[in-house]
Amino acid sequence: MSQLYLLLLVVPLLLSWPLGLAMARLIEPGEASGYGLWTSGIFRKIGGAPVIEEQDWKRYLLSMMVFNVVMFAFVTIILALQQWLPLNPDAKGPLEASLIFNTAASFVTNTNLQHYSGEVSMSYFSQLFGLMWLQFVSAGTGIACLAALARALGGKQTVGNYYRDLLRITFFILLPLSLFVALLLLAGGVPMTLDGAIVAHTLEGATQTIARGPVAAMVAIKQLGTNGGGFFGGNSAHPFENPSFFTNIVECVSIVLLPMAVVWMFGRITGRMRDAVVIFSVMMALLLLKSAAAIWLESAPAAALSGFPVDITPNLEGKELRFGSGAGAFWAALTTATSNGSVNCMHDSLNPLTGLVPLAGMWMNVVFGGVGVGLINMFIFIVVGVFICGMMVGRTPEYFGRKVETREMTLALLALLVHPALILGGTALFAATPAGAATVLNNGAHGFTEILYEFTSAAANNGSGFEGLADNTVPWNIATGVVMLLGRYIPVILPLAIAGSLASKKPVPETAGTLRTDTLLFGLIILGSVVFIGALLFLPVAVLGPVADHLTAINH
Amino acid sequence: MTTILSFRELTRQCWVSLRLLPLTVLICSGLYTLVILLAGRVIPGSSSGSLVRAENGEVIGSTLLAQQFTRPEYFWPRPSAVSWNASGSGGSNLSPASLAMRQRTEKLLAELAPKKGEKVPADLVTASGSGLDPHISIEAALFQVPRVAHARGLSSEEVMSLINNPASGTTTIPLLNKSLVNVLQLNRLLDRLQK
Repeated sequence: MSQLYLLLLVVPLLLSWPLGLAMARLIEPGEASGYGLWTSGIFRKIGGAPVIEEQDWKRYLLSMMVFNVVMFAFVTIILALQQWLPLNPDAKGPLEASLIFNTAASFVTNTNLQHYSGEVSMSYFSQLFGLMWLQFVSAGTGIACLAALARALGGKQTVGNYYRDLLRITFFILLPLSLFVALLLLAGGVPMTLDGAIVAHTLEGATQTIARGPVAAMVAIKQLGTNGGGFFGGNSAHPFENPSFFTNIVECVSIVLLPMAVVWMFGRITGRMRDAVVIFSVMMALLLLKSAAAIWLESAPAAALSGFPVDITPNLEGKELRFGSGAGAFWAALTTATSNGSVNCMHDSLNPLTGLVPLAGMWMNVVFGGVGVGLINMFIFIVVGVFICGMMVGRTPEYFGRKVETREMTLALLALLVHPALILGGTALFAATPAGAATVLNNGAHGFTEILYEFTSAAANNGSGFEGLADNTVPWNIATGVVMLLGRYIPVILPLAIAGSLASKKPVPETAGTLRTDTLLFGLIILGSVVFIGALLFLPVAVLGPVADHLTAINH
Repeated sequence: MTTILSFRELTRQCWVSLRLLPLTVLICSGLYTLVILLAGRVIPGSSSGSLVRAENGEVIGSTLLAQQFTRPEYFWPRPSAVSWNASGSGGSNLSPASLAMRQRTEKLLAELAPKKGEKVPADLVTASGSGLDPHISIEAALFQVPRVAHARGLSSEEVMSLINNPASGTTTIPLLNKSLVNVLQLNRLLDRLQK
């Protein structure tokens, strides 16, 4: 079975290379490309001149923010009016205001934290025209921002055009891939219908209401765009979202494919493929480590079953049988490495120490990470790595031929500290007050982990959860909504500001004394920055949560 | 920054965003959904939820979803934290090291009533992730054979032969060599046998 999981990392790795190069071509087709001229022409006709004019990083970010505000407003309106809108065969009622805010924030930021259960609360119209639409354009936004960062690091003063990037990514990358995956899922048995729920009369004479819907369409983009927001509350553990061993494999590959491919896209746009190889290797090493740790820790039986006359098997609580053993833990590692956040088992019911693996993935948030934004986060660690090395040898640090100075470092440290501040601050506040303490399902350290996980997931824009937490309350909805928004935009704006600032400097010639960033040595330095900064920031809460949980579990 | 954040620039950007909004919505939500819906028409059975129908056409359930079985003459599915609610899925979310899970296990074991020295397959005492896992392990099916056979007045061999019948929805997980049985399909087969 472990060979299978290795294969499930190697296959997307191999696919990601041509895909990443193709993405770079599709986003930056070049002056003479027929496709480039044709798309620019059409986009100009629909959106006007601002859709094709070259933008500097500030204007690029402005366009991004304006479009994101429009996204937020549009989906808020759809969710608020869902009871009067079409495609609502099961007559879903109105949604509560703070839940609407939370859900809109969640899907605009590519998080897909869900404080509702899809089949209980959402109309088909809300799912398709609100949430699924955001799954496309929020993923597109992440990739677009990475393209802009790459152009700036490549030394360009103008970083492209946000609207043109977004449209090209959405229509020519995300849409065809989603269509392909959706058709595979459809063939694998995932439903796709606009008919409402159907009442079944069971063999024992009871009734069972079976919720259905246009599931295949949404699951495809949810997996590909590091979104993670499922059609049903059970997400990809639900047999309608993930009916078989085969669909589980398709969905696993879909989780990591684009986050891997954007690294190659970055290499091609910056013209520094060797640097991309180093970054990719660091991410891959961490992913292998995470996956192996999760599968190994989860192969232990559930501690609560010890002493009972029950067969000893790997922990099956919260898991589905059809995916095979290890599948839940493997998925948990992938989904939190990439900021996807879909699940095929219940993370709250993972063995206590296994729960540390998804948490650690989201704390680092750079093991491929969210489409586009994962690498943008990694850029901050690279800047820190460059800086530390520069300090050690007593030279002004440089990256891609530009000097890294006080202004860049100030911004980098700010970007680095936002993430832990949101997680630790939020967790402290909610663990100490009834707003959080009264909403946990499990006692003691495990309950603390539920709160910690929720803020971690929100800040990392991941979206998975320890779902025992009763999180559809006004304080939770508002707090995590705000954390998701801050955790999305600050770590995109600051790195772009750094890159813009670097691009405006005069290039310095590379000499024998320049620290090369495309070597194994530098790879180890980045790895060290990620692990040590991550560990130092989060070690105390890791001990208070999952580690304490594990140690107390042994005792009973 | 002053030139960028001017009122004129902001309105210009808003206007562009509003013009692109319907385009992306129509293509990503409209066209994309429509294409997959049409593709689904090719396989109407599974695209509408893999429903199982009785001879009179009435819907019994879905082969993909577990449903509640409590009578001794039926095979029982895995425990469900949501009482097999197919319009409100979910897991127990209990910590696998919790006292609450120990207490639940005690209750479940009392219902399953293993003989002295007999071990219960773990999937029968653990709640599935969706609460709707349609399968049980072949071991969990064999464990229930004596009860089902007794309640139906059949021999154990007769019931066993049904489990091995492909129509019971038996699947083998590739690479693991582990077999699973679809509870609803197996129970239907049992009912058919006795009609």
